Amino acid sequence: MEITIQTVVFLFLALFITLTSVLTVTTQRIVRSATYLLFTLFATAGIYFLLGYTFLGSVQMIVYAGGIMVLYVFSILLTSGRSDNVERIKNSRMFAVLAAVLGGAAILLFIYSKYQFLQVGDNKVTEVTIQSLGTNLMSSNKYGYLLPFEAISVFLLACIVGGIVIAQKEEDKK
Amino acid sequence: MFDFSIVTNWVHSTLTSVMPEGWAVFIECVVIAVWIITLYALLAIALIYMERKVCGFFQCRLGPNRVGKWGCFQVFADVLKMLTKEIFNPKNADQFLYNLAPFLVIIASFLTFSCLPINKGASILDFNVGVFFLLAASSIGVLGILLAGWGSNNKYSLIGAMRSGAQIVSYELSAGLSIMTAVVLTGTMSFSGIIEYQADGWLIFKGHIPAIIAFLTYLVAGNAECNRGPFDLPEAESELTAGYHTEYSGMHFGFFYLAEYLNMFIIAAVAATIFLGGWMPLHIGGLDGFNAVMDFIPGFVWYFAKAFFVVFLLMWIKWTFPRLRIDQLLSFEWKYLMPLCMANLLLMTLMVVFGLHF
Repeated sequence: MEITIQTVVFLFLALFITLTSVLTVTTQRIVRSATYLLFTLFATAGIYFLLGYTFLGSVQMIVYAGGIMVLYVFSILLTSGRSDNVERIKNSRMFAVLAAVLGGAAILLFIYSKYQFLQVGDNKVTEVTIQSLGTNLMSSNKYGYLLPFEAISVFLLACIVGGIVIAQKEEDKK
Repeated sequence: MFDFSIVTNWVHSTLTSVMPEGWAVFIECVVIAVWIITLYALLAIALIYMERKVCGFFQCRLGPNRVGKWGCFQVFADVLKMLTKEIFNPKNADQFLYNLAPFLVIIASFLTFSCLPINKGASILDFNVGVFFLLAASSIGVLGILLAGWGSNNKYSLIGAMRSGAQIVSYELSAGLSIMTAVVLTGTMSFSGIIEYQADGWLIFKGHIPAIIAFLTYLVAGNAECNRGPFDLPEAESELTAGYHTEYSGMHFGFFYLAEYLNMFIIAAVAATIFLGGWMPLHIGGLDGFNAVMDFIPGFVWYFAKAFFVVFLLMWIKWTFPRLRIDQLLSFEWKYLMPLCMANLLLMTLMVVFGLHF
């Protein structure tokens, strides 16, 4: 296989994702863990950009990095003290973790060996136009996403209402 | 208009004629990176000098006037001083996060900066979703600020970082909605498309009322997003010493400082690109002679003139208004600015549907 610049960048990103994912779960401090998770999400966005999915990459950045990670860091800053480190894992739990990892790896290897990967003709990266994305998101035909879009809207509305109910101070409680 | 893509295409074809394409792309990326960093540093120096002079004149002072004629080498001296200062690490702080935070802030600023189209054919990143990417990239910076506050092991830093986080996250919505108003009118999200749309009149004229409202709300939200002007409470000196960068010295502080000025420039440049036509000269329909004369002025001159005009507006606001309180700041965004932006978006949509724009 010929080594192109795409392959080099992909290998770099893949290594980076692996490294930071491992660091996310092995580090002792929770803010560092959140930071490594941020790097993992960035590198994933990098893979989307490499594939030409600029919209998906930007969404990954704005939603995960800009939204969810800020929320995580904020809630960590508000709730945890400075000496609030992760507890040590007991040996009995360690066995369960090991079993889960091995099981997951086995399933993954099985699927990987069985699955027929589609051979893409050329490695030309094409950007999807924002117009086609918009019409597909709002249409109800074969490739339309109207139903999931509306379902998520209702779901988010429920979340907002729930948040208000929880945050509301109880007035005149006698 | 001079099309800069002639130069880039020539460079690309020359490089590919002597080496494989991968290496050519790699060399071009390195050249572009060096170019971005150089332009970034030069712009920062120009902006800091401008800020000092403008501030001086607003306060009936002279501003820097000792180093060089009119003090024009003052900033170079300051940069040298900053480069030679010791970088220290606060005790009991998380060293990794403390050292990482300034880089996150500056990387976010670089990413946003590289979206700006300086001349015709001279945009570095020109995606289909360019505007959206710009918003996404600028949202990374707030994490750097939060981590700086946490990593400094200092309560003032932490309060400053929390304020900054709350402020940036809320004002991002207004900034995004005002940009969306422009996207509704132009029908495209790529910067080159938005500028092409303004070939026969800048968007602030073509979109009239909603475009002017969007321009003003974008300036307010953008000003708040880069922690400046009346919205600089994350670093309110009188209450928090210096907010999230209290514990930083030397070049680490320099990164925050650079990012602050460049973020202001980016806000100004985006406002100039989206609402004032970017590198597009002033064209008036019907006056062909006038338009031809205007075309002789190169695009990057137009671009920088407009951007620095908006920078001047932002500095004017900064040195005129007193600082707000944090509750005033947040209620201003959530109760007034964001509903206004939403109503404005609706107004613009109605106008586009009924064809009421020029």
